[in-house]
Amino acid sequence: MRHLLDFAGWTKSEVESLLETAKVMAEVLERPVKKVPALQGFTVATVFFEPSTRTRISFELAARRMSADVVSFAAATSSLQKGESYKDTLLTLEAMGIDAYVIRADAAGVPHQATRWVKGAVINGGDGRRAHPTQALLDAYTLLEALGSLEGKKIAIVGDILHSRVARSNLELLPLLGAEVWAAGPPTLLPQALPGARLTPHLEEALEGADAVMVLRLQRERMEAGLVNLEDYIAHYQVTEERLQKAKPGAPLLHPGPMNRDVELEGTLADSERSLVNRQVHNGVAVRMAVLYHLLVGRER
Amino acid sequence: MRFKAELLSAEEMRRALYRIAHEVVEANKGVEGLVLVGIHTRGIPLAERIARYIREFEGVEVPVGVLDITLYRDDLSEIGVRPQVRQTRIPFDLTGKAVVLVDDVLYTGRTARAAMDALMDLGRPRRIYLAVLIDRGHRELPIRADFVGKNVPTARNEVVKVKLTEVDGEDRVELWEKEAA
Repeated sequence: MRHLLDFAGWTKSEVESLLETAKVMAEVLERPVKKVPALQGFTVATVFFEPSTRTRISFELAARRMSADVVSFAAATSSLQKGESYKDTLLTLEAMGIDAYVIRADAAGVPHQATRWVKGAVINGGDGRRAHPTQALLDAYTLLEALGSLEGKKIAIVGDILHSRVARSNLELLPLLGAEVWAAGPPTLLPQALPGARLTPHLEEALEGADAVMVLRLQRERMEAGLVNLEDYIAHYQVTEERLQKAKPGAPLLHPGPMNRDVELEGTLADSERSLVNRQVHNGVAVRMAVLYHLLVGRER
Repeated sequence: MRFKAELLSAEEMRRALYRIAHEVVEANKGVEGLVLVGIHTRGIPLAERIARYIREFEGVEVPVGVLDITLYRDDLSEIGVRPQVRQTRIPFDLTGKAVVLVDDVLYTGRTARAAMDALMDLGRPRRIYLAVLIDRGHRELPIRADFVGKNVPTARNEVVKVKLTEVDGEDRVELWEKEAA
């Protein structure tokens, strides 16, 4: 692969190979010296046109753990405020000799466009509602750790499916690994159809016999736009201890963060043993190290 | 490639490894604090065999670890094909230990250098030894092996193929010559 934009055209064995590399990287992160020289001489830029904390830090740490140099671009403190375009921003960075760009943008398609402007590897760090592939990879990695295999496993994704790039990327990736994915949410937050998913407005149907449950963040602006009423949402879609009884015993719980405790899930569940939320964050660094390794090593410079 | 010669038969290989096992124990004045670390791929079964021989004559189980040096290669930023990274498993503390790094062939010395860098990141060994089945010369770094199964002067266009039962189905070391391009 030259870029990581989404999972279109990916095969199961490519995903498995990347996740195998992530396992090795996870072992590196357990060592007394959590750093290897694999990307010495490479420069990685995190280009965040939209604010983010965990994804940016996770990528920067991943690059540093591999000995790459890292530069960080944040829109809020940049020439974008003076009217510079995405393209000119990226061309400026390109002129400084960047090897990989991690791009986060509120508009879908910006990372795709970027591949036309720069020679370096482009990694989609989340674009609009479209895709967030490294989040899906770390979710898959975390699920594999917990379940061993995803073959034939039922994974329920709950919440605002319509606006979620995390859900979209997971719906591309998890079926590749053999999972059956159900997506549940209020009718106003469910798309008409979504490849890879069985959609339902009935939370219980998605949770029934689920091997794992992934809860999405409910965005405040959806409430402000009148797409959902908070009390109704909590009444019908909040993942609670009681509702989780429908899933398999001990079924793990995932959330891409940041969480709205007691909104999309019961606060006590977030701290329970079945919550893998912190494990997801932990695994994110190893998975992103694997992505950088796969994209940069052996690349024509 | 053209086959040139057999460098070691199965029996010769067994004897060479048996001798190395004795030399390791002698150099370390026993098995106290001794650990073996095999370098992927063929260094692993070689390290396991040396450990087995040591157990036979010393009655002591010497721990064996597995080291992948891919992330430490000095040519990673310029090679054309991305090498597969494999698991490193050192299930014991290296600090204060006498570590015997085990590999099949010693050539330029770059793998040994990478392995030493990796070991240093994993702990602080008291000392590091290097054991190889074949030393074929052509060093590019000031590195030498402490224990050698067989020294074989080779030309640059020759290839040493170490075959091990655990990986290749037979024990044998062969010398091949690359055809002129």
